[in-house]
Amino acid sequence: MKRWHGLAWMLILTLGWLPAPAGAQMLVNGAGATFPYPLYSKWFDEYVKVDPEVRFNYQSIGSGGGIRQISERTVDFGATDGPMTDDLLKKAPAEILHIPTVLGAVVATYNLSGSPKLAFSGDVLADIFLGKITKWNDDRIKALNPSATLPNQPIVVVHRSDGSGTTFIWVDYFSKVSPEWAQKVGRGTSVSWPVGLGGKGNEGVAGQVKQVPGALGYVELAYAITNKLPAASIRNQAGKLVAPTIESTTAAAAGVATSMPDDFRVSLTNPPGADAYPIASFTWLLVYKDQPNEAKGRALVKFLWWAIHDGQKHPAALLYAPLPAPVVKQIEAKIKQITFSGKPLLASK
Amino acid sequence: MSASSSRVGAADAPLPSARMARGAGGGLGDRLFAASLRGAAWIVVLLAAGLVAALVWESKEAIGRFGLAFLYQSHWDPVTGQFGALPFVFGTIVSSILALLIAVPLSLGAAIFLAELAPGWVRPPIAFLIEMLAAVPSVVYGLWGIFVLVPWLRDWVQPALGAWLGFLPLFQGPPYGIGMLAAGVILAIMIVPYITSVSREVLLAVPGSQREAALGLGATRWETTRIAVLRYGRSGLVGAILLGLGRALGETMAVTMVIGNRPEVSLSLFAPGYTMASVIANEFTEATSELYVAALVEIGLLLLLVTIGVNGLARLLVWSVGGPTRGERE
Repeated sequence: MKRWHGLAWMLILTLGWLPAPAGAQMLVNGAGATFPYPLYSKWFDEYVKVDPEVRFNYQSIGSGGGIRQISERTVDFGATDGPMTDDLLKKAPAEILHIPTVLGAVVATYNLSGSPKLAFSGDVLADIFLGKITKWNDDRIKALNPSATLPNQPIVVVHRSDGSGTTFIWVDYFSKVSPEWAQKVGRGTSVSWPVGLGGKGNEGVAGQVKQVPGALGYVELAYAITNKLPAASIRNQAGKLVAPTIESTTAAAAGVATSMPDDFRVSLTNPPGADAYPIASFTWLLVYKDQPNEAKGRALVKFLWWAIHDGQKHPAALLYAPLPAPVVKQIEAKIKQITFSGKPLLASK
Repeated sequence: MSASSSRVGAADAPLPSARMARGAGGGLGDRLFAASLRGAAWIVVLLAAGLVAALVWESKEAIGRFGLAFLYQSHWDPVTGQFGALPFVFGTIVSSILALLIAVPLSLGAAIFLAELAPGWVRPPIAFLIEMLAAVPSVVYGLWGIFVLVPWLRDWVQPALGAWLGFLPLFQGPPYGIGMLAAGVILAIMIVPYITSVSREVLLAVPGSQREAALGLGATRWETTRIAVLRYGRSGLVGAILLGLGRALGETMAVTMVIGNRPEVSLSLFAPGYTMASVIANEFTEATSELYVAALVEIGLLLLLVTIGVNGLARLLVWSVGGPTRGERE
């Protein structure tokens, strides 16, 4: 009998540790991109103060997994760093909307003795990653960096080995500025790299860049800032050398606001605008336009509204770039289109 | 609770019939016992079959599209949907063989020392340390690989190998540090504890009479070890090596961190490579198209087949050398 008592106590104690299963509370499940995960978890944490009735559960399993899960309706919302292709949208059981939440940028980082401040243009970077420029003292790199001392050293290209939204942004940019890249390699979360070593994750790329003298790789802006990695300026479409910062990333989205497509599936790389950093991208939440569950749909829509307004004060502290004001206006209109069996879910604001 | 106790009471009440019941129950118990054991054994078989079936089913699109070409094509391009597994199969096998070449002499040497030669007080701490190595998580080995092993290989080992043995295609090309050699070395370090501790147990299990007989015939210490101990424990030692090989074939994290992740077939050990386990771990999360996912699952199927094949080959090797030693049969 004593043993049963012990077991009962253990059971009670164990259950006590689990979060209280409050009856009225609703759980909204999501899955997808890893890149915005720190921000999303901050948001879900903050949002409890706004609406204590809703709990969000987000699994950062990668953009591909997010797209698969929302397409199979196993989650209430998905998240991705690269927009869904027309093909995938067509295969989905119902219309899926892309809601931009925040911006990220990708920077070129390198390992050269003395850590000089470097600048690149898109075509030079693309030719390095194509294996056509192989030495640091190449004339085309020298022309962009007249004051830097560049060694006669081979460039060791380092790229992501894991499929990643960061890679997508990087090669999407190359595809726009280099016809040869577009034709030979193309864009994707993983590509067939012409040259270079692969590192797993931002930390893998940064680790290899730090370890190999003469290395050149790419990492997320936030990762480069927190780890104080050298980050090259890039010549943008307007011909100006722009350093990667949160402001210049937001400026990239402002640059395309006037030409924003209705579904927000837009690539922000190589945007117009004098101050725009050219290797930037939205990250999106994926939601069904017609929600299958009224209560959950309403909670989700309220959250989205909060995220693009009050939520936008959180990204900067976590080194993401907030959405520019004109884009927020455009997203507002999109959120108002979300319905439950034909009826809009958001009360007119 | 009360229901179960009343049932026990009811069964206990009539004594003679209870004894009969117990006799019958014993038979039933035996049969239940045998059935459940048989079930357990079959579940293992079904699991293995189910695993293969699921992998084949999930990869049917890639199998249908590429057929056998998947095995010998070396182009891996998710953008255009061209998938060939050769570089990954090559990388997995070469890195594992390299690891065995380094680890087997080291492990057997250590095991023989610990079982035959080392003074008694030295044995427990060394054996403990070796087993500790097996408990280190592979991501820790990977980090150590990036920050310690790779710079050391790049600055010291690879230049030396290139200078002395550079005429061999194995040691040509720029020394990045990262590459097949680094993967082989880190795998070797990871499998040494497995091979060593299992080999040590095997050697300790060799009866003392074997050694006494050899020594009695005038054999030296080395001859005793070779003839009486190693030969006696041969199949156990091969089992230990197979255990290490199995781990090397499937290891993912540490290898990914140092191998360079480049899907290319290169003769040089300095060149970056890729393994089957690594490419699955790297690309599965972001694979969106069905063909891409199917190709990755087919890599998983291949990894399973390669593992089974390599293990089968090794078993055949053991049998061809003379099967289980006479001592074991007795």
